[in-house]
Amino acid sequence: MAEAVLRAEKLGVAFRIPGGRTKAVDGVTFELRHGETLGLVGESGSGKTLTSLALMRLLESPPAELSADSIVFEGRDLLGLSEAEMADLRGARLSMIFQEPMTSLNPLMTVGRQIDEPLVRHLGLSAAEARARSEALLARVGIPRPSEAAQRYPHQLSGGMRQRVMIAIALACRPSVLVADEPTTALDVTIQAQILDLLRELQDELGTAILLITHDLAVIAETAHRVAVMYAGRIVETGPVAALFATPLHPYTEGLLRSIPRITRIREAELPEIPGMVPAPGQLPAGCAFAPRCAFADAACHAERPTLMPAEGGREVACWKPRHG
Amino acid sequence: MAEPLLEVAGLKTHFPVLSKLLRRRVGTVKAVDGVDFAVAPGEVLGIVGESGSGKTTVGKSILRLIQPTEGSISFEGRDITNLPAAEMMPLRARMQIVFQDPMSSLNPRMTIGRILAAPFEIHGVAKGQELQDRVAGLLGLVGLPEDAAQRYPHEFSGGQRQRVGIARALALRPSLIIGDEPVSALDVSIQAQILNLLKRLQGELGLTYILISHNLGVVSHICDRVAVMYLGRVVESGPREALFFNPKHPYTEALLAAVPMPEPGMRRARVPLGGDVPSPANPPPGCAFHPRCPRAMARCAIEAPVPTQLGDGHVVACHLHGG
Amino acid sequence: MLPYIGRRLLQSVPLLVGVSIIAFALMHLAPGGPLAVYTLNPTITNQDIERIRIVLGLDQPVHVQYFKWALGMFSGNWGNTFFGGRPVLDVILERMPATFLLMGSALSLAILIGCTIGVLGAIRRYSVFDMLATSGAMIALSFPTFWFGLMAIYFFAVKLGWLPSGGMNELGEEGNLLDTLRHLILPVMVLALVITAIWSRYTRSAFLEVMHQDYMRTAKAKGLHARQRLLSHALPNALKPLIALLGIELPALFSGALVTETIFGWPGMGRLFVDALTMKEYPILMGMIMFTALFVIAGNLIADILIAALDPRVRLS
Repeated sequence: MAEAVLRAEKLGVAFRIPGGRTKAVDGVTFELRHGETLGLVGESGSGKTLTSLALMRLLESPPAELSADSIVFEGRDLLGLSEAEMADLRGARLSMIFQEPMTSLNPLMTVGRQIDEPLVRHLGLSAAEARARSEALLARVGIPRPSEAAQRYPHQLSGGMRQRVMIAIALACRPSVLVADEPTTALDVTIQAQILDLLRELQDELGTAILLITHDLAVIAETAHRVAVMYAGRIVETGPVAALFATPLHPYTEGLLRSIPRITRIREAELPEIPGMVPAPGQLPAGCAFAPRCAFADAACHAERPTLMPAEGGREVACWKPRHG
Repeated sequence: MAEPLLEVAGLKTHFPVLSKLLRRRVGTVKAVDGVDFAVAPGEVLGIVGESGSGKTTVGKSILRLIQPTEGSISFEGRDITNLPAAEMMPLRARMQIVFQDPMSSLNPRMTIGRILAAPFEIHGVAKGQELQDRVAGLLGLVGLPEDAAQRYPHEFSGGQRQRVGIARALALRPSLIIGDEPVSALDVSIQAQILNLLKRLQGELGLTYILISHNLGVVSHICDRVAVMYLGRVVESGPREALFFNPKHPYTEALLAAVPMPEPGMRRARVPLGGDVPSPANPPPGCAFHPRCPRAMARCAIEAPVPTQLGDGHVVACHLHGG
Repeated sequence: MLPYIGRRLLQSVPLLVGVSIIAFALMHLAPGGPLAVYTLNPTITNQDIERIRIVLGLDQPVHVQYFKWALGMFSGNWGNTFFGGRPVLDVILERMPATFLLMGSALSLAILIGCTIGVLGAIRRYSVFDMLATSGAMIALSFPTFWFGLMAIYFFAVKLGWLPSGGMNELGEEGNLLDTLRHLILPVMVLALVITAIWSRYTRSAFLEVMHQDYMRTAKAKGLHARQRLLSHALPNALKPLIALLGIELPALFSGALVTETIFGWPGMGRLFVDALTMKEYPILMGMIMFTALFVIAGNLIADILIAALDPRVRLS
């Protein structure tokens, strides 16, 4: 098994609210191994995006408060780093791309300059060297006529092209970890396929580990090696993709998988649905957060919160009554 | 097919392009550029396409929220293309729309009860106790608790707000509901709830739907017939099964191949469609899809294909299939 | 770009015509007239006044007077003053340098200080500095300019005697730059105060808006230092609304200058305007209004051109 390049231990994000604090992410522990793609999947309010921003230490604080036992990246605990040391890592060893390619680029700056910036900042290249490298990167991410494209402004590019530019920026300095927060959610399905293929190719080429944050289980199934399912700020299940999709252990994972409408010859009359809705942070039930929506919950589930326990095949689940057990 | 509830023929909706500085007309966006289809009563038609395909504009043109440039729209046997606003009014009760983001279409300062009472008041259908009963009936119909009437939109989750949006659309007993990406903003588990609700309501009330969506899984689940749009035109349409399991147009094939499947290892040996969707302000000549088409021929760049019947209501506009 | 500028200039013609009609009408609707001063003079008879009225063309109907004036303007003739018969344009241009010196100094100072306060306030939102800057700006904005003017004269000129209380030069010191600067300090301070307050508020909100944009997060995720994020990403984007503000604030700056010049006896256009108003010097008043309107239109045009230069979305469409 490959060694972990990034390991978060009991990561939490809390917000100060009038009369106390509310935990939006609580006790999240996971590791990302060299060259793999770990999918972090969850619905809105699951805390997946907050987790990714916390790893990059990009949370706005206040109001957000980051807590963790440790976040070890390439052997160093990120929690112990100064802001300047952290900035040295960001964009160099630890990069991030975002959901909205439309707004994630500076509208007043040519895309060439925006790719130059991390090259100049981290690799100390001259402006001319950086530009040559930027054009090569643009070509690598599949943008035609790169030297011309470098002169363009973001608004002159389509959403897919902008996301390619974001990828070029993020991978410019060959980071060991790329955090991709819903990188294809804002894109059309044919463009999504292009971008996912590109990410996969670049991963093979550069050996970058990818933390892929998404709400889309199908995207995870296609691109991730392992997956962590989040619900209400906690990880409820982790495991290799094939096993987790074939035999989900947590009733939430199972419900989520079953509720996806699929393209099948014979249609189900009704989609299996998960009743109710995600509890708001700060209004979590005492026991398992999923218990009120769970068909299998019993008194124990409502009484006590299950923690992530090892299961067969390198999997983990936080459930008192796991499925397929 | 029985007498269609809605018939759209040669529909074109064009918008002027104005330059930013001079506000001068510098071109035309042919958002919808010659679309024909009919929807039978009780049928669910899916319109799928990527951004820029014109699918949303088709929906808004049918309701005359946007005035079409050309073509005709017949609803319940009546040509409504150029009907004056006053005559359109009673028909608006019969055709309703449900939007993607219910929050932006619900007045935040009105209680759900007031929001749901508004259609009855505007059309002078009910008042007093009867109005209250009708509102309560609507809430029950979409699975919302009765006390929801006293609450405000922000107190509800996305899924519940979409239920309110559906209840409002149902208020005046319409025959046609156009759903413009009605479940796209919702989480998967909530999406399933709303899709089941839409399906149940259709059976109970005998509704006809036009479902506009980019999500092929959703369309496959709920639609009887599907039309695939690309750059303002329908490139292929037909019964659900023919379209999803025997697609004829290379774009439909590519679209289906691009959809990620929630089964690991099912990753198909797909060749992703290259390039971007061209701008509808400047569509390629001939078949608009030819620059991206893996099977384009010389004539595709010159001549636009015409829709060809393949039998069983399966229509394709492609030179590979006699177009 | 050139056709754009041409079209904007053309668009401003009806605007100028509108402004001139309204100004002309209001002036003539106001009670009294340029001849009112003569009625108090016992040596001037009614016949004399009538003669003057005919000479100045004031006997004609208002619309005829307007057309005569407009025709003159059209051919570059701004008319002559009633009292003294000097060309109006000469009179205005004579006063222009003093006003531009005052306005320019005050505006530069205000932008410099206001922007600095605004940026610092945005970066350290809700800090003690930000709170002080916010309340300071509120105080500055709630008192009228003339009150600040009078207070400044009272403290710095009367009580402390550090600075002159008015005028542009001591007698016989005309052309002495140092002397002019000493006279400039108080009016500039007073005029700059309100503009500084406005600019600090707008800069703060412009920067706050920009700092929460996604591209600022991208810049941080790239590992750029705070300084670089501020200068190459936040600043250009925040500048856009501020340039637009400059165009909008010009008329307010003019009226501020008018009050300030009157308090400090600064021999600029503001005082010329007030004097002309009391004397009902129609040609000067009209000339001043047209001059100001042209200045504001030019300012807005320049602001729009600057925005186009800054923003490729405006420039390249």
